[in-house]
Amino acid sequence: MVSFIIDGKKVEAEAGANVLQVARKYGIVIPTLCCHESVAPSGACRLCVVEVKKGKRTRIVTSCLYPVDEGIVVETKTDRVLNVRRLVMQLLMARCPESEVLKDMAKEMGIEPQPAFHPDTDKGKCVLCRLCVKACEDVVGASAIGLSGRGKNKKVGAPFMEDSKTCIGCGACAYICPTEHIIMESTDSKRKIWGRTFKMQPCDKCGRYFAPVDQLKFISDKTGTPMTELAVCMSCK
Amino acid sequence: MSKINTLEDLNKAAKRGLESIIPSKTKVMVGMATSGIASGAQEVYNALAEEIKKRKLDIILSKTGAMGMDCIEPLVDVLQPNKPRLAYSKVTAKKVPEIIDQIVKGAVNGNKPAYRMDEEEFICLNENKPYLKGPVPKDLEGIPKIGDVSFYKKQMKLATRNCGMINYESIDEYIAKGGYFSLLKALTKMQPDEIIDEVIASGLRGRGGGGFQAGIKWQTCRRAHGDIKYVICNGDEGDPGAYMDRSVMEGDPHSVIEGMIIGAYAIGSSQGFIYVRNEYPLAVANLQRALDQAREYGLLGKNILNTGFDFDLKIGKGAGAFVCGESTALMTSLEGKAGEPRAKYIHTVEHGLWDRPSNLNNVETWANVPAIISRGAKWFSSIGCKNNSGTKVFCLVGKINNIGMVEVPMGIPLKEIIYEIGGGIPGGKKYKAVQTGGPSGGCLPDSLIDISVDFDSLWDAGSMMGSGGMIVMDETTCMVDIARYFIDFLEFESCGKCVPCREGVYRMNEILNDICDGKGKAGDVELLESMSQGIVDGALCALGSTAANPVLSTLKYFRDEYVAHVRDKKCPAGVCKALIRFSVSDEKCTGCGVCLKKCPTECISGEKKKTHVIDQTKCIKCGVCKESCKFDAIIVE
Amino acid sequence: MKTAKAKKITVKDIIKKYGGDKTAMIAILQDVQEEFRYLPKAALSSISKQMEVPLTRIYEIATFYNAFSLKQRGKNLIEVCAGTACHVQGAARLMDRMERDLAIKCGETTKDKMFSLEEVRCLGCCSLAPVVRISGNIHPNLTQDEVPKILKNY
Repeated sequence: MVSFIIDGKKVEAEAGANVLQVARKYGIVIPTLCCHESVAPSGACRLCVVEVKKGKRTRIVTSCLYPVDEGIVVETKTDRVLNVRRLVMQLLMARCPESEVLKDMAKEMGIEPQPAFHPDTDKGKCVLCRLCVKACEDVVGASAIGLSGRGKNKKVGAPFMEDSKTCIGCGACAYICPTEHIIMESTDSKRKIWGRTFKMQPCDKCGRYFAPVDQLKFISDKTGTPMTELAVCMSCK
Repeated sequence: MSKINTLEDLNKAAKRGLESIIPSKTKVMVGMATSGIASGAQEVYNALAEEIKKRKLDIILSKTGAMGMDCIEPLVDVLQPNKPRLAYSKVTAKKVPEIIDQIVKGAVNGNKPAYRMDEEEFICLNENKPYLKGPVPKDLEGIPKIGDVSFYKKQMKLATRNCGMINYESIDEYIAKGGYFSLLKALTKMQPDEIIDEVIASGLRGRGGGGFQAGIKWQTCRRAHGDIKYVICNGDEGDPGAYMDRSVMEGDPHSVIEGMIIGAYAIGSSQGFIYVRNEYPLAVANLQRALDQAREYGLLGKNILNTGFDFDLKIGKGAGAFVCGESTALMTSLEGKAGEPRAKYIHTVEHGLWDRPSNLNNVETWANVPAIISRGAKWFSSIGCKNNSGTKVFCLVGKINNIGMVEVPMGIPLKEIIYEIGGGIPGGKKYKAVQTGGPSGGCLPDSLIDISVDFDSLWDAGSMMGSGGMIVMDETTCMVDIARYFIDFLEFESCGKCVPCREGVYRMNEILNDICDGKGKAGDVELLESMSQGIVDGALCALGSTAANPVLSTLKYFRDEYVAHVRDKKCPAGVCKALIRFSVSDEKCTGCGVCLKKCPTECISGEKKKTHVIDQTKCIKCGVCKESCKFDAIIVE
Repeated sequence: MKTAKAKKITVKDIIKKYGGDKTAMIAILQDVQEEFRYLPKAALSSISKQMEVPLTRIYEIATFYNAFSLKQRGKNLIEVCAGTACHVQGAARLMDRMERDLAIKCGETTKDKMFSLEEVRCLGCCSLAPVVRISGNIHPNLTQDEVPKILKNY
């Protein structure tokens, strides 16, 4: 266990934890976009920055990655911190002018859009938090979507920006997307995502459509469980 | 070739090498680094080979790297027994027969050498070997000694000690210069901690830009937990306007390799990597050859110098990404992935390549190590200035007379680099600024011309040492355009991982483009300033957190130029197309008609011998008229 | 198709050369590009299958690094250096001239597939600025005036 100070409060935490986890445990609100408990943090959005004093050195760090250490002093709302968060929000609002999530967040943080930034029209609501990519690769194991390009041309999508060939239609990306950029359209028997339409599997017992057939095949291939066993929904199992 | 196991073996190789450095017959050397080849050295080399064959002469034809004075290349050095070494500048294939004539006749006439060398410095051995016994022949006395040439006078070559002196294809010549004797000393007479102490005592700071104490870094890596450790050489010299690392990798690859083997032994590493830019094919080829030679001699691989120490090196080629010069991105790239940086809250000396302790230094840093081990920390730290020991290699380019690579003791006044070594600004133009540190650095204006060139002084002035680019700018350089240039560069090179860099630099570029296009608005400059702070604090890696430097430093020293662009819609330097107009001076135009012929849009008209006129509606401001006018009659305002 | 068959063999050879080492992906792609002058889609898919690396990963690398091109390039690759030294010596005017004379934009290939025009960030020949590299040959101290003459030689 290490003890340190956060916003003037003395706190204790497990060594190896990061500042964000500890702050949240103690009820301190730090905004984030690219952080999710099911995937490893990447430090991409920079909203969670805090000021850390360690020894004589004070610097701005991302709390989602910064490991807690004995004796550090963390401030989560200094002017420098708020300046970074304001810039990040204004930049993202200019990138994704249609995102209601961002607008609501900004409102809560008391941040107005920067009128000098000409709003983009080609990025949709994607903030490039890369949660979807990580979920697809690390959690699902499908690696159907990935990053491409770099800088302002960085994108998320299937290779060659074509309809995904290896997508299994599980929808993990859509569930984890913080800004509702990834669109998944579902009817009872069909699901549309990443340019593909997936046939849904009806439950052998109750008849409810519960998962894409491709997803069940993927699980069957991976785990060796026969398809017949997988064709039963969670509630009927 | 048999393996080198003992001091005797090494001495034998050195003897062979010395015989080819100062042979008993005539030797002709052509400067064949990239800069030389680009200016035509290959044609010169071929012409020499042909002429020697045609005349059936017993002359050794050899290749060497870059001496540094790129503006006088192609360079051909002639070394005849018991004579000074003569350097012929700007040699073309046409001039080759005459040079051969001079060699055969033993007399210099007509095409005079640019300078002569009477002796050769062997830095690592701490001695000078004369090329000749007795006095310099009378007819050669008039040729200036290299030490009297203003470009070389204030220079001191440590890291580039062998560049342009030895044949980069010969390991024996490298050994003759004292090469691999430091390795033998380190492996047989020094404990790893002693080596680290020596490097710490030398005060060697990382030449890649950060200026961190190399020895301390080695020590941290040595102490880090883990059985497998890596040493890495950063040869991803991405700063535009800098090529000193390329020159060392091309001209003296063994110095880097030897430095790395010593470092690996000190740190406790058995595998190393040299990461080289994709744009440097010759550096890759020369390094690869050198690695093969070292392996053949038993200087790499298992049981090096029969000491039981194992170490090997691999080359990793970049694929064109500036961000890969950042240590974590470089390591990600070496792992075979897209080179995105990661947060460095846990240092790479503890968790680096494949999550193992990794010690990364740049080319120039590694190249200094053998010299430090052979001559000692005390000697090294006596060079340079306080807290900045040794030398630094710079590439002096841009609006300067003597363009080239220079190595100077730290702490030299900037003025001496610009006006003595560099020979001042061409065309009688006024010096405006020098840009150091590449895209992450800043500009130093005329008022700082006396500044001491060292890590700390440059940092205090709002710029940085960086890897060593020095781009000189004169009154015709627009500082807003320069800021835009760097921001545009960084926008293109941003990896796109974090928001402040990806989106922030992109927005700064938008604003700067507006300013240069005459669409700047009141408040733009202030917005750039406030964004800069947010980017400095918020970006993930060093590329991002220094991205605003070009804007901050030009704003600091050249705010008036920004004001002229935004408020007056004028570009005082006459660069920004939207804000300038071309016209013909009534006074200077002779009506020669050259511009009229060259203009791609046919917007210039006028009778012979009468002042010409530019049709402003058709002018695309390409500037070809100004470039081609011999009478300086084109006015840009 | 005969060429397609020949291509597949080459990709396999290249992978074999690196012993299927996944960390050598960048080098493998460089070799493939050397062979085809760009990265054909089929080659990337084939690498993905043979090396069992998700195509998303390979596509990420292929689009991250500057040196890789997913588009077929022309016979001659023109690289206008945009390093700082070249910039202050008028590289932008050279690029303008190339674009005008070839009637393409930077990043495009001429209709006759003779030239592809690209910008490169510093070739390290700063002393010869401005420089342009065409099919590996460096043309030093180039003025826009000389552009037509030089292009004619290719």
